[in-house]
Amino acid sequence: MTSPSSSIDPGPAIPLSQRLAARGLDGLTLLVVPAVLFLLLLFIYPFFYGLFLSFNPKAGGTLANYQRFFSDSFLYGTIATTLWLALPVTVITLLMAIPIAFRVRVMKHQRLLTTILVIPITLGTVLVAQGLLSYLGPQGWFNRTLLTLGLISTPVKLLHNYWGVFLSLVITGFPFTFLLTLSYLSGVDPALEQAGATLGAGPWQRFKHILLPLLLPGLAITFCLSFVQAFSVFPSAVLLGAPAGPTRVISIAAYQAAFEEYDYSMASAVAMIMGVVQLSIVVAVLAARGLLYRGPAGGGKG
Amino acid sequence: MVKDNRLSARLWAFANWAVIGFFILNLFGMIATVVTSSFATRWLGTWLPAGWTTRWYSSAWDEFQLYDILSVTFQIVFLVVFLSGLIGVPAAYALARRDFPGKKLVMLLFLLPLLVPPITFGIPLATVLYRAGLAGQMSGVVLANLVPTVPFVILVMIPFIEQIDTKIEAAARVFGANTFKLFIYILLPLLAPGILAALLLVLVRTIAMFELTFLTAGPTSQTLVVALYYAVFAAGVRAVQSIDAMAVIYMVTTLVWLLIALRFVNPTQIVARAKR
Amino acid sequence: MTIHAASFRELRLDRLSRDFGTHNALKDVSLTIQQGEFIALLGPSGCGKSTTLNIIAGLLPATAGGIWLDEKRIDPLRPEERGFGMVFQNYALFPHMSVTKNIGFGLKMRGVAKAEIERRVGEAVALVRLQGQTGKLPGQLSGGQQQRVAIARAIVVEPPLVLMDEPLSNLDAKLRLEMRAEIRRIHNTLGATTIYVTHDQEEALSLADRIVVMRDGQVRQVGVPEDLFSRPDHLDVAEFMGFRNKIAGTASSVSGEHATVAIEGAGIVGRVRNTVTPGLAAHVAIRPEDLHPVAAGSAGIKAQVISTEFRGREFVGFARMADGTDLSFLATERLAPGAEVTLAAEPDRVLVYGAAA
Repeated sequence: MTSPSSSIDPGPAIPLSQRLAARGLDGLTLLVVPAVLFLLLLFIYPFFYGLFLSFNPKAGGTLANYQRFFSDSFLYGTIATTLWLALPVTVITLLMAIPIAFRVRVMKHQRLLTTILVIPITLGTVLVAQGLLSYLGPQGWFNRTLLTLGLISTPVKLLHNYWGVFLSLVITGFPFTFLLTLSYLSGVDPALEQAGATLGAGPWQRFKHILLPLLLPGLAITFCLSFVQAFSVFPSAVLLGAPAGPTRVISIAAYQAAFEEYDYSMASAVAMIMGVVQLSIVVAVLAARGLLYRGPAGGGKG
Repeated sequence: MVKDNRLSARLWAFANWAVIGFFILNLFGMIATVVTSSFATRWLGTWLPAGWTTRWYSSAWDEFQLYDILSVTFQIVFLVVFLSGLIGVPAAYALARRDFPGKKLVMLLFLLPLLVPPITFGIPLATVLYRAGLAGQMSGVVLANLVPTVPFVILVMIPFIEQIDTKIEAAARVFGANTFKLFIYILLPLLAPGILAALLLVLVRTIAMFELTFLTAGPTSQTLVVALYYAVFAAGVRAVQSIDAMAVIYMVTTLVWLLIALRFVNPTQIVARAKR
Repeated sequence: MTIHAASFRELRLDRLSRDFGTHNALKDVSLTIQQGEFIALLGPSGCGKSTTLNIIAGLLPATAGGIWLDEKRIDPLRPEERGFGMVFQNYALFPHMSVTKNIGFGLKMRGVAKAEIERRVGEAVALVRLQGQTGKLPGQLSGGQQQRVAIARAIVVEPPLVLMDEPLSNLDAKLRLEMRAEIRRIHNTLGATTIYVTHDQEEALSLADRIVVMRDGQVRQVGVPEDLFSRPDHLDVAEFMGFRNKIAGTASSVSGEHATVAIEGAGIVGRVRNTVTPGLAAHVAIRPEDLHPVAAGSAGIKAQVISTEFRGREFVGFARMADGTDLSFLATERLAPGAEVTLAAEPDRVLVYGAAA
């Protein structure tokens, strides 16, 4: 700068690289670039490509895919069908997970139990569906046991209907919800509960006034993750449910559009709708979470 | 927790254990059904099969071409593990050590593929891969599987790297290590346990990853779990026991790696990936 | 001041024990505490002092023994039924509650009316001098302020007994001194019976009416600070209380309160603290500040100087005896490393312990 109005010597110029480094941009920061490019290319680009494609239907105007989806009960009904599975499953698994996580937190052989529970998650939905196909069948051990105990007189129909999908979602969903809850719970300093006790709070009061408020933000996240998983149910809805009727979930509609009708434009539209429904529930829960305390759950400083 | 021995507390504890016991009982019942059936000669309408045999394993091996499927599975899985480590670990290192404008946005970019379920982003992704001519072959399957595993490695590694004191790296620099030597002698040994844990988790997750592989695989690039799905989907074509034998092979493959992984990580880490 | 301690006569710990598997964490701890006393449980980490405190609070069950508050046995009670106040090591403030809510929590649990809670919290806030901070969350407070909240929360319920578990260990040195004075002031104001766990002997000496020294899960000595400081009953207690020079020798004679111990040919005279038998092994214990160089040839312990450090008003010297025992002492001048010194102390400042100790 040789501006005559400025008499202050700006000093030797700082090289660009140093100025960038001062803002956190140097050679080391560049290590993040491959991963960012990769995800831009294979996550963000496909999303916008799909969005664009969904507005370019095989036939009809820009919104034809969406118009078709929301006018055909065979298509728009899938939203309700999926919600009707995903919401009860999420609520039930969460209600089961919370008290059990409280109990397991103080257990000595916690690792054995968590290891057992991680098995269904690891095996995945396909294997669980395949296993339940025999286990829950009319001749399976489940019905047999109930018959032997005299609890039922004829086998309960648990396959190729709502309940088959529901139970498979519980089998994979409960451990997921439970382990997440447990990991949030172990972030709460046990001294807080002890402090509550020495101040005269009984078990229920300690839960209500101390643990629950500290846990709620984590539980909101857990709810979102579990819900999103349940909402995207696919293999078990096909294998254990009635994919043409009561368990025709939204992912089946998307899959059929893509790989049976080869209408990628329609498939993308369904995938976008699926994403929007998931997102709106998540946003609703997280917005409610914004009202909660969200700081550290420790009792000390830092 | 503070001890409580009142009756109501005990009943509540009992109810909790009953629920978890019932759950585990059914889980094991389901697994045992598959295993029993895979060794059964004939099993219809009885508690236990009429007789025992191992022949379903050899017939499943041939019928489903399990040798090919297993070799494809492991090629895909190891490629995914290797590449997600190669792309993910350096990125995690940069994110753990540097603050730069737009970092929050980058973190969001890495969080999203873990929050959005695979079937949702898998359909547009598969569409793009088909258009690019990559779907239906191994490269497409590997690329699709990397979408959630790269962010997974990054998010597992960031806290691990953060807990390594930067002064150690500074000390190495002071004692004359250049970037390469710093990496070989200091960072790699320090990061090794974290990398190992992250990659083992990626391995287990990729073996079991159904949706992305299913949407992008062709006949020659199916992994075991997709082959299993097709076999169950087309039930009636093959004997149930044969499918069950395949399922047992799948279970053993997954659980062996799970057991190895659990030597290095805590079970809760398998799900609790995106904390905060 | 209307905050006052609920009254009782004495708290009695009767042979409290606790096992962790095969290892005894606590063995037959008995202690009687009078109302209004400030008791410090002092000992190195792992000595059982925190275990004792947690058992009194009801946070840990004892495996044997009992706790009585006057005629009432309280050890079967759950912590919330005991009504004590406790200050935790990391404060354990509820992070999601404001200062007011934290302090008022115990009153709320007791079903105290809102207006009354407000009034008493206000008094407690004034007592710990936190006016103007009441709307903040614990995370927005400094360490010292968090400490004040923790104390206010414990005393506002007017507990018969206040338990403090190393409350100052997380503060820096300056703040620690300040809070120490503060704790003493609050205790003097309220007169609440206090049991205070610490590993810092200076803290215990300055705060407590009586000190209970613990070691390996057992009570080693109970006494007023002055007694513990100058007359520890056991060699290990003496070492812990600052008698850092521990020298082995053989008792040569005992006469009344004093005994002579032969150490490498020299006879060191000191006060007998337990049974000392002439002819048997004995130890002498001397504080570094009581040990001085004397003229060569006079009676004393011979050692070779290792180094001297300047400490402002005097020098601290380090020396080693022929048998390898390290000594520290006070000197008035810098001594050359390698020089021979003879060190001696006033007989009244030397403690002698027989082999039984």
